[in-house]
Amino acid sequence: MYPSKFDYVRALSVDDALEKIASDEEAKFIAGGHSLVPLMKFRLATPSLLVDIGGLHDLSYIKDEGDHLAIGALTRHTEVEHSQLLQAELPMLSYVASLVGDPQVRHRGTIGGSVAHGDGASDLPAALLALDASMIAVGPSGRREIPAKEFFKGFLETALSPDELLVEIKVPKGVSSWSYKKFNRRAQDWAIVGVAAVKNGSTKVAFVNMGSSPLRSTGCEDALRSGATIEEAAERAAEGIEPPSDLNASSEFRVHLAKVLTRRALEELS
Amino acid sequence: MKVSMKINGVEYERDVEPRRLLVHYIREDVGLTGTNVGCDTSSCGACTVLMDGKSVKSCTVLAVQAEGAEITTIEGLAEPDGTLHPLQRAFQECHGLQCGYCTPGMVMASLSLIKENPGLDERKVREGLEGNLCRCTGYHNIVKAVLQAADEMGVKA
Amino acid sequence: MTQVAEQGTSVIGKKVLRREDPALLAGESKFVADLDVPGALNIFVLRSTAANARIKAIDTTAAKESKGVVAVYVAADLESEWAGPMPCAWPVTADMKNPPHYPLAKDTVRYVGDAVAVVVAEGAEEAADAAALIEVTYEELPAVVDLEEAAKDTHLVHESLGTNTSYVWELNPNPEALERAFSSAKYVVSERYIQQRLIPAAMEPRGVLAIPSPIGGDYTLYSATQVPHILKVMAALTLGIAETKLRVIAPSVGGGFGSKLNVYAEELLCLALSRRHRRPVRWVEERSEGGQATIHGRGQVQNIELAADENGKLLGVRVSLIADMGAYLQLVTPGVPLLGAFLYHGVYHVENYGFKAVGVFTNKTPTDAYRGAGRPEATYAIERAMDALARKVGVDPAEIRRRNLIQPEQFPYNSPAGLVFDSGDYPANFKVALDRLGYSKLREEQAQRRASGSRRHLGIGISFFVEMCGLAPSRVLASLNYSAGGWESATVRVLPTSKVQVVTGTAPHGQGHETSWAMIVADKLGVPLEDIEVLHSDTAIAPHGMDTYGSRSLSVGGTAVHLATERVLDKARKLAAHQLEVSEEDLEYSSGVFSVKGVPGKVMPLAGVAFEAFTAHNLPDGMEPNLEASVSWDPPNFTFPYGTHLAVVEVDEETGKVELLRYLSIDDCGNQINPLIVEGQIHGGIVQGIAQALYEEAVYDRDGNLLNPSLADYLVPSAAEMPSFELGQTVTPSPTNPLGVKGIGEAGTIASTPAIMNAIVDALSHLGVTNIEMPASPERVWRAIQDAVAS
Repeated sequence: MYPSKFDYVRALSVDDALEKIASDEEAKFIAGGHSLVPLMKFRLATPSLLVDIGGLHDLSYIKDEGDHLAIGALTRHTEVEHSQLLQAELPMLSYVASLVGDPQVRHRGTIGGSVAHGDGASDLPAALLALDASMIAVGPSGRREIPAKEFFKGFLETALSPDELLVEIKVPKGVSSWSYKKFNRRAQDWAIVGVAAVKNGSTKVAFVNMGSSPLRSTGCEDALRSGATIEEAAERAAEGIEPPSDLNASSEFRVHLAKVLTRRALEELS
Repeated sequence: MKVSMKINGVEYERDVEPRRLLVHYIREDVGLTGTNVGCDTSSCGACTVLMDGKSVKSCTVLAVQAEGAEITTIEGLAEPDGTLHPLQRAFQECHGLQCGYCTPGMVMASLSLIKENPGLDERKVREGLEGNLCRCTGYHNIVKAVLQAADEMGVKA
Repeated sequence: MTQVAEQGTSVIGKKVLRREDPALLAGESKFVADLDVPGALNIFVLRSTAANARIKAIDTTAAKESKGVVAVYVAADLESEWAGPMPCAWPVTADMKNPPHYPLAKDTVRYVGDAVAVVVAEGAEEAADAAALIEVTYEELPAVVDLEEAAKDTHLVHESLGTNTSYVWELNPNPEALERAFSSAKYVVSERYIQQRLIPAAMEPRGVLAIPSPIGGDYTLYSATQVPHILKVMAALTLGIAETKLRVIAPSVGGGFGSKLNVYAEELLCLALSRRHRRPVRWVEERSEGGQATIHGRGQVQNIELAADENGKLLGVRVSLIADMGAYLQLVTPGVPLLGAFLYHGVYHVENYGFKAVGVFTNKTPTDAYRGAGRPEATYAIERAMDALARKVGVDPAEIRRRNLIQPEQFPYNSPAGLVFDSGDYPANFKVALDRLGYSKLREEQAQRRASGSRRHLGIGISFFVEMCGLAPSRVLASLNYSAGGWESATVRVLPTSKVQVVTGTAPHGQGHETSWAMIVADKLGVPLEDIEVLHSDTAIAPHGMDTYGSRSLSVGGTAVHLATERVLDKARKLAAHQLEVSEEDLEYSSGVFSVKGVPGKVMPLAGVAFEAFTAHNLPDGMEPNLEASVSWDPPNFTFPYGTHLAVVEVDEETGKVELLRYLSIDDCGNQINPLIVEGQIHGGIVQGIAQALYEEAVYDRDGNLLNPSLADYLVPSAAEMPSFELGQTVTPSPTNPLGVKGIGEAGTIASTPAIMNAIVDALSHLGVTNIEMPASPERVWRAIQDAVAS
């Protein structure tokens, strides 16, 4: 497996990265490369230029900023998994990071890469959606904050414009309880269905692999707000959602799983 | 472009295309063929090496991304006099390999796992090796070998 | 008779560590992809993206101009290279249809993955880059995908044949009696099972390196193959190269499981192109490419009927199956169902037996032997059907088996299919297994759980298998129309320095023959293990051999080594007697030393004998120099390993997920040479069988596209999905060979699939579930529950 040819430059700073990415319409950022390189090997992605931001070590951090935690985009999954700060303040994120891929993938893959790739089948985007996180992007027109709910747009599509770089993920504190249910056949695989449930004031529920992008379960959340029981709320979990069919599960089975896993997650919350 | 890195303590510099994968750099440009390629989807882990001390799948890292890194491959484990590393020895003693093709990657992944996780037990070893496929052993003896080595290396609970 | 393994001073039966391991563990062992030769060209094989299509045009212009490209060929360009089509060595019937099969498809492609063009370039990247520039125009035809549809001939895979049926093979010794058995039966069960297609997925993808010596006329072919000897003969015939001019070497080979028991297009292409370009030619398979280009296993629709009397005792077994050949017949494709044909009554005594297999072509990757080959299919069918019979009769699945097991006094057992089972004590083995599992206690636990209303259901699965190994007595192979013999050869020579060289015709690729064969010789000769080297898998070093597959290596190849060692010892004894001036009968041999009985100190070590044989200064009249013997051993019968495998599962009713809680096996493979290796073979085999039950299937869509050729989508399980295993043994030596061994390479795979499936159905039987197709994915299990509850 050989990717097709491309040019390669290393970014020396965020500004430098933005300048370089702007120089070529077919350019792409690469950090850990664990979303991009597999696609390039099958020539499903054929960027003409790779801008390597892997050397921007300033973007690798986990900080306590009072009401929220700030995670640098280049923080690797393994660091999220093992961060004492996260384990104390936001254990759900550490737990979800521990379920991404396998240890080798977690040693290389970054939270920013996973989020910017915006894969509906990935664990972290859905978890961040349930956590009401927001993404900080820097581009030619400056820095902006994008709530998770507006960030994930569609199949491998996010609110980031091609000339923007995701630099940080902000996750609010105040989670009183959480549950994450990943259902798959082999440990290393993507979730067939994943459910992230978070109680932070209200209860939020988000799904992995129930659509082309990570999704919030509005049916379930609405039901809970209006005082429904866990069973009733779980029954409405997939309302308005049409999950994909693939080799591991039909759309119908995904809907069923989403309900069962949502119920189990909500039971863990209470 | 010029890419240099230290592999098993030796500095290498090779002129390669940016598309060169780390595994091909190691195998073909440097000539260390102990690291194997078993798939094309980052699934099997046969190509696992240590990069700055941590296991990575070298088929999913571009050589250019490893510029300046310290790489350890299976060839770097045994003592110069040929004495096997305790983990290699445990694999032999527990019959943790048959055809031996997944073995270099399995050993490197296990080494990283042992170093990072004090207090390994069977469950943790199994989960920690989720990214390495073996078609011969059924994993039973691999798990035994990793636990034995962890014990011997003094990092088991 | 069941015995506990003897503990003696002999190395036989000891857990000797493998001598293969240090080099493998250090990354020193060389697989084909590790070999390079200066000046080697690399090829890339462009494969069809259509399952059934006429090739309207292939435009290679851009590819030919691409950087580093030496040549691009389509089928017509290479026709002059082939002296004949690719071989199928098993024409199972006289009228079997076997369409011509060449390394590149001409005019018509017949499966996704069929080779249509080959790029020859300096570098592998360059070959791949150029292949991406080739444009093929296809006129697509309807794809023949479903087996039962294929048998109806609505659309044809090979138009010129006029049918999709390759052959019909039948075994029905007494049709009237079989008919009577069914018409008089109190109980008849009719079951239909699907053996899904599997991708063997040996961890090492295939690889080939052909090195020509154009002026001298010699060729060396390195290949990741299980069958260097068969490959040599077949490649020589196919390419018109004299057998004497072709040397085949299988270096370290990373697993095979049958997938490397073949003669592949790429092996022939590399050789042909090395001849044409007078340069070495390399090819290394990519994993997702291998999913399409390397043979698949299984692929059958099975119908099995059991007739039983009022006590559930079997009166007759009748089997009819359709077997998926894929698009072409590879080396032993049509024979795979025959390897199971004799075993569909399993370990149970029955008088009346009938079997019929129809081999049909489909527009899919060819099938061929995959670990167990025919026997897992047979075991699956009978063991699942016995559970169905137990449900019908209303007795425990263990009890229905007890009532039907072949009894120890029936051995050697003349089977209704015409085999002679060598030895066994089935009831004893069965009892050991059930007791060790705590079977009745688990049944109680299951009942309690059901009573409690739990939605996590406990299931216990039984699988009791017998298989036929030691392929094979050559005369039997002749009766099955197999085009080769089943013997194995070995040479043992004691070198002047008393080191021992063993040359074997087996071709290990993970089985540890170097260790086990050395143990056999060390036991006999009394020399240290480290003084024995074992040479193999190079036709220049080991010119005779029938290679490694079908759990044959120990019972046939190991026996040849044993017999050759005996002959060496016989000669050594003659020479020692001559040197010591005593008669042979006066000599004792122990720990590598001949001594004269009753005369302390009058001794001659083997080393001395070997040196005398080498110098030949003082040999008995008529004795040839050198201490060496060669044996070709043709076994008189198959061997019949057997055993009980038990699985305990928990099924989550809501999600359909199956968790394997325990797995216990009591295998009887006769005497064991190296229990360490035996256990390893069982572990690995069990997981491969579990994988069929729970995870793996080569999935094709209606258009014949393989949807999951990669290891990301084809679910080879990892350590995280598997438990540790509880292994035990009984030992019933085989009378078929002097070592008393039976074979263990495939036992785990043969046994475990039905153990798992029976456990799942058992867990859900109280809900009315009677069958679930494999792999038992969460969705399939969930749907089976929904359907059962609904009806």
